[in-house]
Amino acid sequence: MAGQNSKRPFPLPSEIEAVPGTEGWEEMYPYFTRIRPEDDKRFWFYNSMHFPEPMPAFDAVTAEVPYTAMGAYTTRVFAFPTALGIDYRIINGRVYITANSVSDPKEIERRLKVFQERAPHYFQNWNTLFDGWKKRMLALIEDIDAIKVPALGDFEDASTVTNARGVAENHFVRTAFHRTIEAYSVMWHHHFEFLMLGYGAYLVFFQFCKKAFPEIPDQTVARMVAGIDVLMFRPDDELKKLARLAVELGLDGNFVEGAPPEKILASLRKLGEKGERWLQALETARQPWFNIATGDGFYHHHRCWNDDLSVPFSALPRYMRLVKEGDKLERPTEKLKVERGRITKEYRALLKTDEERGAFDQMLALCHLVFPYVEDHKFYCEQWFTTRFFSKVREFGALLARWGQIEESEDIFHLQHFEVDQALVEIMIAWAAGSEARGGPHFKPLIRRRKEILEKLKDWNAPAAIGPMPESIEDPAVQMLWGITSETLDSWSRVPDAKDANEIRGYAASAGVVEGIARVLTSPNDIGQVREGDILICAVTNPSWAPVFGKILAAVSDIGGTMSHAAIVAREYGMPAVVGTGQATKRIRTGQRVRVDGGRGVVTLLD
Amino acid sequence: MNTGHRNPQLSNTGTGFIYWFEDIRLASRPTVGGKGASLGELTHAGIPVPPGFVVSTDAFETSIRALDPDGSIRRSIVALHGADLARVADVAREIRARIEAAPLPAKVESEIVEAHARLCGADSDAPLAVRSSATSEDSAQASFAGLQETLLWVRGVDATLKALRSCWASLYSLESVSYRLRLAIDEAQVAMGVVVQRMVNSRSSGVMFTRSPTTGDPSVIAIEGSWGLGSAIVSGEVTPDRFVVNKVTDEIAKRDIATKLVEHVPAASGSGVTTAEVPQERQTLACLSDAELGALRELGRRVEKHYGSAQDIEWAVARDGAIYLLQSRPETVWSTREVQPVAAPRTNPFDHVLAALSGKRRP
Repeated sequence: MAGQNSKRPFPLPSEIEAVPGTEGWEEMYPYFTRIRPEDDKRFWFYNSMHFPEPMPAFDAVTAEVPYTAMGAYTTRVFAFPTALGIDYRIINGRVYITANSVSDPKEIERRLKVFQERAPHYFQNWNTLFDGWKKRMLALIEDIDAIKVPALGDFEDASTVTNARGVAENHFVRTAFHRTIEAYSVMWHHHFEFLMLGYGAYLVFFQFCKKAFPEIPDQTVARMVAGIDVLMFRPDDELKKLARLAVELGLDGNFVEGAPPEKILASLRKLGEKGERWLQALETARQPWFNIATGDGFYHHHRCWNDDLSVPFSALPRYMRLVKEGDKLERPTEKLKVERGRITKEYRALLKTDEERGAFDQMLALCHLVFPYVEDHKFYCEQWFTTRFFSKVREFGALLARWGQIEESEDIFHLQHFEVDQALVEIMIAWAAGSEARGGPHFKPLIRRRKEILEKLKDWNAPAAIGPMPESIEDPAVQMLWGITSETLDSWSRVPDAKDANEIRGYAASAGVVEGIARVLTSPNDIGQVREGDILICAVTNPSWAPVFGKILAAVSDIGGTMSHAAIVAREYGMPAVVGTGQATKRIRTGQRVRVDGGRGVVTLLD
Repeated sequence: MNTGHRNPQLSNTGTGFIYWFEDIRLASRPTVGGKGASLGELTHAGIPVPPGFVVSTDAFETSIRALDPDGSIRRSIVALHGADLARVADVAREIRARIEAAPLPAKVESEIVEAHARLCGADSDAPLAVRSSATSEDSAQASFAGLQETLLWVRGVDATLKALRSCWASLYSLESVSYRLRLAIDEAQVAMGVVVQRMVNSRSSGVMFTRSPTTGDPSVIAIEGSWGLGSAIVSGEVTPDRFVVNKVTDEIAKRDIATKLVEHVPAASGSGVTTAEVPQERQTLACLSDAELGALRELGRRVEKHYGSAQDIEWAVARDGAIYLLQSRPETVWSTREVQPVAAPRTNPFDHVLAALSGKRRP
């Protein structure tokens, strides 16, 4: 890659042009996210994996808090010798990041001493600590659900007097909001407590495999490591159970594809005991398994199944049809386990010496130790907790709307959390003063403007990277989390020549070749629109989409790394998938005929 | 391709001029040459190989002795100076002419005629491949291979005898003689077996390596193939399709389909081979189906397992879809390379992680 610097394949941060009609977009985000002249010296890439859309003002907290926690663990808690944390900037609503690293050998040595003292504690006590982690996470979820948003009624409750509490209700408005944000922060600290060490274990095994078998596909390494009974499959399993029950009770006729869930539920309520039994089963499944969002938990508008039943319900008619055709809808877990064992054994046998086999066994065993955390934390953190978090924030939105600060509760997501603080404080004052809150004329036009800006920013063609291109990408977190390597940078910076005009290249995630009609999803909420036989084209696939994976012929995504659950699900369904194309949603139209070659990682436009 | 001649008891003559594949093992190399030994070993291992026999080095020695009882041929070569190309060419041409013109000793000829009849069965004009199988071929001096004659689509016993003499004579081609002079190979050690086997009417053919020729990865099989007979690939007249197949997961990791403009096919006369243009609609079609790639992978794995080392294999797919192997020899590039072990066990499994994240390059 040397020598390409002069060509500057990516623009500098300061060269990024404003999107017409979005003047003042910077005000949506805290000052510390803005680019500064010295940022031109560093290389940044667009984290479109986690942030595929422009950030609403409140949702910027989903960048601020995770990076606060992640860096704490690498830089300060475990003192990773070479890897510090992530710096981020928001440009035209998109989150760009860069990884800080240590290169001074003396400093690396100093950090290594600390790292060697601390990391073993976690590896040696992994399962015990993970059990403790789960308890802490469940308690945290209870905590956030228990946060009470003060009603701020006419008079204070009498108990404040009889118990001589000495603190009036308005005081708790700010406390409750801060507790909500704090719980979110604690969640992300828990999230990274194990994660970077877990990735380290995977990275070591991955590198070993790549050295021993230079042509081994990333997906095959993942397959040797991946768990079979992972939580991410549970929501889909619960849906299948509900489909079986509906067929058993003879209720399947009530589930019409595309019918609104409220209508279906209402029709079931009229059916007496059988309908009640199914509704009861649905309620049981919903907690916690429907606390799964259509996205990865980084946007308030990626609604969770519990908020919007149309997503899970869209999968039910097909499942019911399959049940009636005699399909038990069970994941072939035994078969998958046997196959994983066979692949592992055969690769192991191909190693040259017993010494290598000894190292292989150690590294793989370590991966199997850490992987339940790596795979299951997502459900606890990004799904279960995060859906509760956004629900709680909506309650504050409702309070703001009641006091006329904003039009409706959803509008809270167009204010920074720092601004929400102000809006709430004013309500505390107004409630006490017996006057009106005066934020409406301030916040309402601001929110309207921000909605306009966001709409316009959506059309911005965000460059995959900005700044001077580095010689190589060494950071394990960048490689593992985002699938970005020196080769990725090369392909991003390559100008497509005429031969490539109808080809889009990405990572070969799951083998097989199919042709079909594309359905391009611009928002994960549209997942309910996917129909049988579609080829799904999306920014980033999400494990919660598993129910539609049975319907589609193939999946193509803009973003995806080696740890992508979606690739694993695709392989389980034996369905071709190409991930990390960088541009599929921009270059493919719904209705266009495409060929997906999942073994080569190529999508061909046929029209 | 059933010839109905199989009867091991009868197959070897007391004189040792003819060896059927069934009776040959790798160790027979000094008497049947490298190619013949490989075909025998494969046949013995149950790998599909077109049936045939080898005219042994004894047959060669006996025939040369009859032609040249006082050893003048070998002496005239030893007396040559490699640098004097014109003289080498003259001597070599003269020797070739003598070998090609001389009738075979009666005993040698009658045994070959008998073996030919057995191999061809009812169809005495069945097409055959007559392939040189030198004793020094395929050894460390791998480049020696290819210097000797292979005649394809040979029909009838007379043409077979003629082809046999051509193969023997090819030991005295200008290239072969120069090569031996340059490497100072002992002329007394030079001998040749000749393989006579049923011709595969190849729809596609090519080579495969049971590890990656580019990275040495032992978990993949690299396959190259093109339309028609394999001679088009060997001679470099066509850029082959390239496939990489995973041994463990069966995935086809790479599939580079080349534009294959020509193919070697049997000549219209029925004898010999000709170069034909590939019709446009077949030029960019893959020369192997996924099922055939799978079958080749299985054969490759079996041969590799049989030998216990990575192999370099020639294969052909007949027009009826049957797959045959035509040659297998040890892969030499990666197998002989000294490699550091990728990693060794450590006291604690997590020490691997500490070391990898330590910022230090591995020793």
